[in-house]
Amino acid sequence: MKILVCVSKTPDTTARIAFKDSNTVFDSNGVQFIMNPYDEWYALVRAVELVEAGGGSVTLINVGREDNDTILRKGLAIGADDAVRIDAEADSAFFVASQIAAYAKEQSFDLVLLGKETIDYNGSEVGSMLAQLLDMPFVSHASDMQVSGSEATISREIEGGTEVLSAALPLVVSAAKGLAEQRIPNMKGIMGAKRKPLAVIPPVAVAGRTQTVAFSVPEAKGAVRMIDPDNMEELVRLLHEESKVI
Amino acid sequence: MKKQVKEDRFQGHDYYNIDALLHDDHKIARDAVRSWVKQEVSPIIEAYSDKAECPVHLFKGLAEIGAFGPSLPEKYGGGGMDEIAYGIIMQELERGDSGIRSMASVQGSLVMYPIYKFGSEEQRMKYLPKLGSGEFIGCFGLTEPDHGSNPSGMVTNIKDDGDAYILNGAKMWITNSPVADIAVVWAKDESGVVRGLIVEKDMKGFSAPAIHGKWSLRASITGELIFEDVRVPKSNVLPGVSGMKGPLSCLSKARYGIAWGAIGAAMDCYDSALRYSQERSQFGRPIGQFQLTQKKLAEMITEITKAQLLVWRLGVLANEGNATPAQISMAKRNNVAMALDVAREARQIHGGMGITNEYPVMRHMMNLETVLTYEGTHDIHLLITGMDVTGLNAFS
Ligand SMILES: Cc1cc2nc3c(=O)[nH]c(=O)nc-3n(C[C@H](O)[C@H](O)[C@H](O)COP(=O)(O)OP(=O)(O)OC[C@H]3O[C@@H](n4cnc5c(N)ncnc54)[C@H](O)[C@@H]3O)c2cc1C
Repeated sequence: MKILVCVSKTPDTTARIAFKDSNTVFDSNGVQFIMNPYDEWYALVRAVELVEAGGGSVTLINVGREDNDTILRKGLAIGADDAVRIDAEADSAFFVASQIAAYAKEQSFDLVLLGKETIDYNGSEVGSMLAQLLDMPFVSHASDMQVSGSEATISREIEGGTEVLSAALPLVVSAAKGLAEQRIPNMKGIMGAKRKPLAVIPPVAVAGRTQTVAFSVPEAKGAVRMIDPDNMEELVRLLHEESKVI
Repeated sequence: MKKQVKEDRFQGHDYYNIDALLHDDHKIARDAVRSWVKQEVSPIIEAYSDKAECPVHLFKGLAEIGAFGPSLPEKYGGGGMDEIAYGIIMQELERGDSGIRSMASVQGSLVMYPIYKFGSEEQRMKYLPKLGSGEFIGCFGLTEPDHGSNPSGMVTNIKDDGDAYILNGAKMWITNSPVADIAVVWAKDESGVVRGLIVEKDMKGFSAPAIHGKWSLRASITGELIFEDVRVPKSNVLPGVSGMKGPLSCLSKARYGIAWGAIGAAMDCYDSALRYSQERSQFGRPIGQFQLTQKKLAEMITEITKAQLLVWRLGVLANEGNATPAQISMAKRNNVAMALDVAREARQIHGGMGITNEYPVMRHMMNLETVLTYEGTHDIHLLITGMDVTGLNAFS
């Protein structure tokens, strides 16, 4: 089975979030980046497991600049066979999906896997756009996936239970928690990754359809105010007049 | 043992963007070991330290991630990585705990390294893959009860007995010894020349009792090695070296790793203190807003940054094969003392909370007292630098 796994780079969960250029651009100064955990822990690891069990290959793809090679190498260390980077700024979901679709059309992947969202912009858009552009079925938020022959059986966690679906390959699936478990690459894998192919290809021409106008950060939370237990009236007044919850 | 539920929120600190000087494999290795430590070490380390027990099960995990001898060739169970990667792995392990880093330092630099460097091909194939995979645990016996800073005064000795040597003597303060399958032991032959031997745990007359009551490296097991007429086959002698050069070259390798490792402990203390200073309020404001707290934090990150630059450069020299033992002494001495100072200042920032094992600081501080002393004491390394710059020997 030939599997394509889309991976992106996100700021570490502990990073300080700030914007520059009149709040239109994320300020990456001093920020540590990681591979988007939904791509890494679930999509990539499940792909590697499927290939380990049934043969085939895992190709990683990322749309981004040279500094994203670190996450591709990490993905290779975890077990992917080769990697492709489309050398362009990933400035909208449509742009990214179009680039990946253009590449994937030339190959014949049986399965395209990606995280259900990135932990920075939380767009959840690339998967469905990609499926549309590739004319493949799309299943989102997979928490379990088995493949037998040319059919996949996929579970999704839904409100109050689990939904089980089946779909024919080729297929696009977005990964949620539970699909696999994080794998920490070992030093052998990291050294082996240096010898695996990482191709850099130019983007195809695609016009963006959306543009970021501005970002804003949530207002800082106010300090905790202590109210004397004997002064219940004051508590009620504050809850009513300031917090407006009662 | 009970797992701690508190999340390890550690974040790396890189004030001078030294990351730009590192390669992808260094960063991926760091990330991998950091994840492993957060998963396997942080949740249990306080409980093991509290009970003064060694989490022996971590030997397997350390082997799986490739923490044993990462810079040895792959053929012999190593990782084939460079010296900077080795340093970074030690940094991340010591960020978790100096005792866990010690388990790996001893196995990789003090046991696998001498067998690789000075062993016969037969010895290499017999021991290295098993040590690399964690199937065997090793220890390194140099220090004796009466010979610590002056190991060349050792009295442990071997006498020729046909196809074997008869080993007698005792070693003291030996990391991993009570749980070890093999010991690399340094002893004098009949003409007073230091030789290295591989002693196996089942050899008759060999015992390795544990030393109890340590207030430092409590999650690392330390013991003695006692040899009473132990018959060691001649095929277990390391053929490639004689004299103090043998043990000293191993120590250079391990000290290099400690110079990196100490930064890990320092960063963990700084990271915890920085966060605490923002979360803890007194007099109506975060304690990080007081000038005296800022002085502590600013000096900590300054010293950490200097130490990071020192080991990065030392790593480049080591990769070129040009790091001298005296340069390694300088980095070990500076960085361990730096880490201890950072731990003490960080402890103060945590106030009373810093006294408990709610925070990692006091554990690091106590661990670092050992790190300051083993592998050459703080003062001995100063005398090595002194000798190097003056050309005059203060030891004799
Ligand atoms: C937890 C732990 C684990 C250890 N693990 C190992 C191990 O795995 N293998 C191993 O071989 N050893 C190990 N050691 C031993 C360690 O390397 C020695 O403790 C260290 O070398 C110091 O020796 P000593 O304790 O005999 O102190 P001493 O040599 O007696 O030193 C006492 C003091 O005198 C000072 N001093 C000594 N000579 C001079 C001098 N010429 N000038 C100025 N000051 C001097 C020292 O700096 C020190 O402050 C370990 C020690 C500890 C505590």
